[in-house]
Amino acid sequence: MDQLDQLVAQAEIDFSAAADGAALETAKARYLGKAGSLTELLKGLGKLDPEARKSAGAEINKAKAAIEALLNARRDALQQAALEAQLAAEALDVTLPGRGAGVGGLHPVVRTLERIEQLFRSIGFDVAEGPEIETDFYNFTALNTPANHPARSMHDTFYLENGEGVMLRTHTSPVQIRAMQAHVEAYKDRDTMPELRVIAPGRVYRVDSDATHSPMFHQVEGLWVGESVSFADLKGVVADFLRSFFESDDLQVRFRPSFFPFTEPSAEIDVAFMSGALKGRWLEIAGCGMVHPNVLRFGGIDPERYTGFAFGMGPDRLTMLRYGVNDLRLFFEGDLRFLGQFR
Amino acid sequence: MQFSELWLRSFVSPDLDSDALGHLLTMAGLEVEEQDGVAAVFSKVVVAQIVEAEKHPNADKLRVCKVDAGQGELLQIVCGAPNAAAGIRIPCALVGADLAGFGIKAAKLRGVESFGMLCSAKELGISEESSGLLILPEDAPVGTDLREYLALNDTLFTIKLTPNRADCLSLTGIAREVAALTGSPLSLPACDPVAATHSDIRAIVLDAPDACPLYSGRIIRGVDAKAPTPEWVKQRLARSGIRSISALVDVTNYVMLELGQPLHAFDEAKLNGAIHVRFPAAGEQVLLLNGQTVTPAADTLLIADESRALALAGVMGGEDSGITLDTTDLFLESAFFAPDAIAGRARAHGFSSDASYRFERGVDFALATKAIERATRLILDVCGGQPGQVVEAVEPGKLPARAPIRLRAARVRRVLGIALSADAVAEMFVRLSLDVVRDGEDFIVTPPSYRFDLEIEEDLIEEIARLHGYDNIPVLSPRGPISMLPRPESRRDAMFVRRLVAGREFQEVINFAFVEEAWEKDFAGNTDPVRLANPIASQMSVMRSTLIGGLVANLATNRKRQTNRVRVFEIGRCFTRSPSGQPVDGFNQPIRLAALAGGLARPEQWGEAGRSVDFFDLKADLEALLFPRVAEFERAVHPALHPGRSAQVVLEGKCIGFIGELHPVWVQRYELGAAPVVFEIELEALLETVTPAYREVSRFPAVTRDLALVVEQDAAAAQLLKGLQSVAPAIVQRIELFDQYQGKGIEQNRKSLAFRVVMQETQRTLEDAEVDAVMTALTRHAEENLGAKLRA
Repeated sequence: MDQLDQLVAQAEIDFSAAADGAALETAKARYLGKAGSLTELLKGLGKLDPEARKSAGAEINKAKAAIEALLNARRDALQQAALEAQLAAEALDVTLPGRGAGVGGLHPVVRTLERIEQLFRSIGFDVAEGPEIETDFYNFTALNTPANHPARSMHDTFYLENGEGVMLRTHTSPVQIRAMQAHVEAYKDRDTMPELRVIAPGRVYRVDSDATHSPMFHQVEGLWVGESVSFADLKGVVADFLRSFFESDDLQVRFRPSFFPFTEPSAEIDVAFMSGALKGRWLEIAGCGMVHPNVLRFGGIDPERYTGFAFGMGPDRLTMLRYGVNDLRLFFEGDLRFLGQFR
Repeated sequence: MQFSELWLRSFVSPDLDSDALGHLLTMAGLEVEEQDGVAAVFSKVVVAQIVEAEKHPNADKLRVCKVDAGQGELLQIVCGAPNAAAGIRIPCALVGADLAGFGIKAAKLRGVESFGMLCSAKELGISEESSGLLILPEDAPVGTDLREYLALNDTLFTIKLTPNRADCLSLTGIAREVAALTGSPLSLPACDPVAATHSDIRAIVLDAPDACPLYSGRIIRGVDAKAPTPEWVKQRLARSGIRSISALVDVTNYVMLELGQPLHAFDEAKLNGAIHVRFPAAGEQVLLLNGQTVTPAADTLLIADESRALALAGVMGGEDSGITLDTTDLFLESAFFAPDAIAGRARAHGFSSDASYRFERGVDFALATKAIERATRLILDVCGGQPGQVVEAVEPGKLPARAPIRLRAARVRRVLGIALSADAVAEMFVRLSLDVVRDGEDFIVTPPSYRFDLEIEEDLIEEIARLHGYDNIPVLSPRGPISMLPRPESRRDAMFVRRLVAGREFQEVINFAFVEEAWEKDFAGNTDPVRLANPIASQMSVMRSTLIGGLVANLATNRKRQTNRVRVFEIGRCFTRSPSGQPVDGFNQPIRLAALAGGLARPEQWGEAGRSVDFFDLKADLEALLFPRVAEFERAVHPALHPGRSAQVVLEGKCIGFIGELHPVWVQRYELGAAPVVFEIELEALLETVTPAYREVSRFPAVTRDLALVVEQDAAAAQLLKGLQSVAPAIVQRIELFDQYQGKGIEQNRKSLAFRVVMQETQRTLEDAEVDAVMTALTRHAEENLGAKLRA
């Protein structure tokens, strides 16, 4: 049946020539439509005898199947081409910047405070706070610094107009007393008081202003009171903290005798890095000591039964060391070009 | 406290170099702040004399000198110093000398040969400034090495003494400490009594024995006040930072540095009758050495004679009773003043003195008479004269008590975390010259008169720790009973809130809590802020009651630096007076969070048209921070804000802060370009949150209906929404405002608000009839009670 083969061959040519879906449907009608060539051939079968009809019918159906296959293939090809064209048209310049919002960030010193809080929380320290306008009692007297004590001249205190007995706190140490009093109050009905472990970060104020002193700066107070807390524990906690904070074992820590009215014995803590710009220089970063018995008493705690240590460190200084900032004043100028570096 | 190492070593000289000595002091609590050689490093510089100084033939300002440097022949040296003149003795760097790395060679200067260099003090690193050659004394031996002659192989130590260690405010004190720390032998200056050669005395009356329980005095007659101070005294004073004034003054200063006892010398001829140590009469005045006339307060101790007040005791002498170069007879004072009687008195008059600094920290009360003997000896040696008897007025019962302190070995272990043998502890006490008695396991320790810092057991424990070495105390890993800290789910901490705010594109700032007074008026309407009594500057004179001023300043600063889009926030305390304020009576000190957004709503970008940030942008930020709690915003007037674009924020019936656009007047005054939007909220409101509670999620379809209502233009949308919610039955899941419209189709002065009502049942599918009933009821309520009309 050359006629059928020719028909199939012609269909393939016609389908290929169809450039889009509509043309293909027109071409299809020529073969498979109501008046299409194959439809006509099938109609003609009725004139043949049954034997011949059967074999001719099979041949026609075979040709029909071949044409349908060609048709489907062409349809798929056209669809694929259309999809590809669409995708190509929809392509983006993926290098254009994202359209989202920008980012904000924490203040670098707060970043340090957050890390300090996390590190101390991990060994069971809670975080406390206290007022910044503080009474003479909490800022000095309860810290074993009575009126006229020479240690008061170590602090250049901001006083208030019409503010008898109040001042801007010169350190975070008053929070020690407040925390002890609150702790004692919370456990007053029990025989034993759980250990008190607390840090108190916050702003403090002194009459002092130059490249290394700001009239407002930060401190973090730490306090651990328990039945067996010793100077050796203090050394352990501080050394552990410093290595964790700087994420380095490459530093030396030393404790050297010093004086604070509210601790006895007292120490300054110096740190020296073994590498970097400050290599080998001892840098003073905190004061500490065993809580003075008078201070424990002011906090409502029996110094015979409990001992404790306290420390006060400067997170501004720690931030400068950690990130290599060389001017304290930058922290308080609100320049986004500076602050944005710590996001 | 500054001193010369050589002077210290004349009392105690451990086998340590200067650096090791410095380290030893620092690690014992006498922090060495500075440690410097007294001169630069140099060699081959000798004492020389200029024999001849001729003008240089080819240079006006140079001179050609013939110099005797003890080399056997005269050296020709060209010199440019203006004071180069024949006869003077000066330092001469010989050929081959090394001046801090600069080599001296034979050279030709403008055609004249020169063999060496004549030196100034600055060139030798002896002083910072000099105006010519360093002139040496006329008896300086020519040819002697200058370092030896001027004792330049010395180091200056500056020690930052803590207020408890007044006993180290002298060479003796530091030497005692070094001896205790190293065990090196100590030899202190002799203070042998000087026999009287006449019997004149001046009576001393202790009128205030609590403040001054001991006063020694002595008359020395016939001194030569104009005698020169010996070089070695001058040198030691200079190396302690004290200028030489006259022999008598220098000797008193010398003894103060050497022993720690401040002394005062009166001109005997100007005194009348007995010395009284007393408090002032009302209005009594004293003219001080520094020229200041003061009216001391009633608790300020005076030295007086029978006719007038002479001096502020332990603080400063008087102008008209002190010694001068014409003094021939003097009355020497050496006393003990109680620290409490001196503390703060000098400061009250705006100065401080070496004497007051020492007395307020505590001077050895056993020292007064020894010091007067020492000073007498030196005065006689330098100025001659005839000493009288020492009169010592003393009330022994009023001297500081040195009560015995019990030290328990167990307590040492407990506080320091180290076990020390009783013998080791005893040995430390001996080294510290503490009087100690063993009592079983315990020690009974009596501190010496010069230690004002040893009062309780812990003070002794610190001494043990110091001598044992802080470095030698072990570093123990933190240990202790552990239990979990409470972490209530319904509370967030401030750090969490900060992260949320930062997540909405705000940069945290930290501004000073003291601000310009104008900010308080402008941004808080506060005309009576909490004022500092001693501000460091007028623009930092009042405590802020709002954080807004600082944020506005941040915006202005950053705009000046070409950053126009500014989104900043701060968490900090604000301060107001309030009768009910706590925990400090009379002051409210709430912690607040404030944020400011100015400039474009989004960072400049290519995709969308830029627009300025507005009220609703910031409101969305605030709502997100408060989520899941929902605040109400009520129109309110605030001094900082645009009156039509500001609201107070109300949460659970309580006002927690405000939000709004900055008032146009402040936008102009603070040069902000366009109005920023700000809010300030009580931090506490952001820390409280809620623990989530489960509600069943329906598997049945939700039905959504819209309701458009026309209301007066100034009606509050939230009011309408709240009204609808109040009558919505349980099947109404939520009602949302999704559109606001004004314009064509809506009457003038009215607006259309469109609400979406979402209804759903958890147990069944809703029927149309119930949905319709709900919408009818809502519409009727809106029309009858909320002043709304269904939009046509």
